[in-house]
Amino acid sequence: MQPVALNDFIYWVGAIDWDLRNFHGYMTQRGSTYNAYLIMDEKITLIDTVKYYLYDEMIERISKVVDPSKIDIIISNHVEMDHSGGLPRLMELCPNATLITSPNGAKGLETHYKKHWNYKIMKTGDSIQLGKTSLQFILEQMVHWPDNMACYMPQTKILFSNDAFGQHLATSERFDSQYPLDIIMLEAKKYYANIVLPYDTQTQKVLDAVSTLDIAMIAPSHGIIWKDHVGAIVTQYNNWAANKTKEKALIIYDTMWNSTKLIAHAIKNAFEQKHIPVQMYDLKTIHISDIMTDVLDAKYICVGSPTLNNNMLPTVAAFLTYCKGLAPKNRVGLAFGSYGWGGQSVAQVEAILAEMGWKLLPAIKVNYVPDAQLLVTIAQQVFENLHTM
Amino acid sequence: MDKKYECTVCGYIYDPKEGDPDNGIKAGTAFKDIPDDWVCPVCGAGKDQFEPVD
Repeated sequence: MQPVALNDFIYWVGAIDWDLRNFHGYMTQRGSTYNAYLIMDEKITLIDTVKYYLYDEMIERISKVVDPSKIDIIISNHVEMDHSGGLPRLMELCPNATLITSPNGAKGLETHYKKHWNYKIMKTGDSIQLGKTSLQFILEQMVHWPDNMACYMPQTKILFSNDAFGQHLATSERFDSQYPLDIIMLEAKKYYANIVLPYDTQTQKVLDAVSTLDIAMIAPSHGIIWKDHVGAIVTQYNNWAANKTKEKALIIYDTMWNSTKLIAHAIKNAFEQKHIPVQMYDLKTIHISDIMTDVLDAKYICVGSPTLNNNMLPTVAAFLTYCKGLAPKNRVGLAFGSYGWGGQSVAQVEAILAEMGWKLLPAIKVNYVPDAQLLVTIAQQVFENLHTM
Repeated sequence: MDKKYECTVCGYIYDPKEGDPDNGIKAGTAFKDIPDDWVCPVCGAGKDQFEPVD
């Protein structure tokens, strides 16, 4: 277990969670890392910790550089337990260390851990001197908790961004030049879609603050450190925060006896005819957190469910509840589904699409099984309705 | 009695009875009388992102 040098006095001393596959409902098929950074200046400083069960791994890495009990300053940029989980044991090891956090960070840590640690509270614009270097603080409220904070070291031009710009990606490589860029970008996109998406206004504020800084490196709290592609990830964050979409359609559905699936494919034919790229997602075959990655830049979102006991299917309800919380904006929605009797599901789906403030294409509701002629008619109608969008 | 206001970003509720003393808003201050540069103590959203609670 080795530390990784960012330069001659700053080290990555985090932990790699190789086996993590489910992060509170977000599927992390590539695992994750919890990034902690050790700054060996006159004041020995640690930025963030790791999940409680990887504390020993972090301590082992720190020990290769310095005796961990010598740490003077601990910065907690985020209360969530994947970054603060190591704090209780670390504060016992370093009882005299100053614990630097945001105003909401102090409230959150105190409430969570019930400990009266030696807090020093920072707000945007505040800074501390570590010796030959210093750290400036930037609050990142709601990116993605009320307590999130970033720090910037002007002398090295490193932005310790915490969760912003992170990716769930377990790897022994630490820099963006060492790992396939398309995978890093995809995981950064998935992270944004599943964690940051509801808070576009707040993200834009952070991006405005970041745009005034001269940045050589972005060191986030998960995944790979951005060094060669800082401009690329900042550009993507600007696009995502602006809810910029592409001409791209997603058809997301579940089906009982195939009728809703037949409608889904008829809708797909309409998009194909319009030369709009389309992706089919049967909710039985894919996780909702993976669908969200695609929702992030798709303009058209079609959601289908048959009616089961006067309701939409639970799989569709789960997707819509999750999607509504993540609140993608400026989309075009289409509700569809089949039914034997009752037929409430389509209106239920459409009500949630409307609640998200999306424009709506006319809903499609079919009794029992659509025949070949009806499927052609459905495709034709969707094709024509797309002209109005 | 003056209305409560809810932050549309995070769900924080401003209760005029309690005010926001940590940020200089005394108990008993109606939402309309809070200075325009005040922000939600939880998430930092501006005053314009609040809606009255019925």
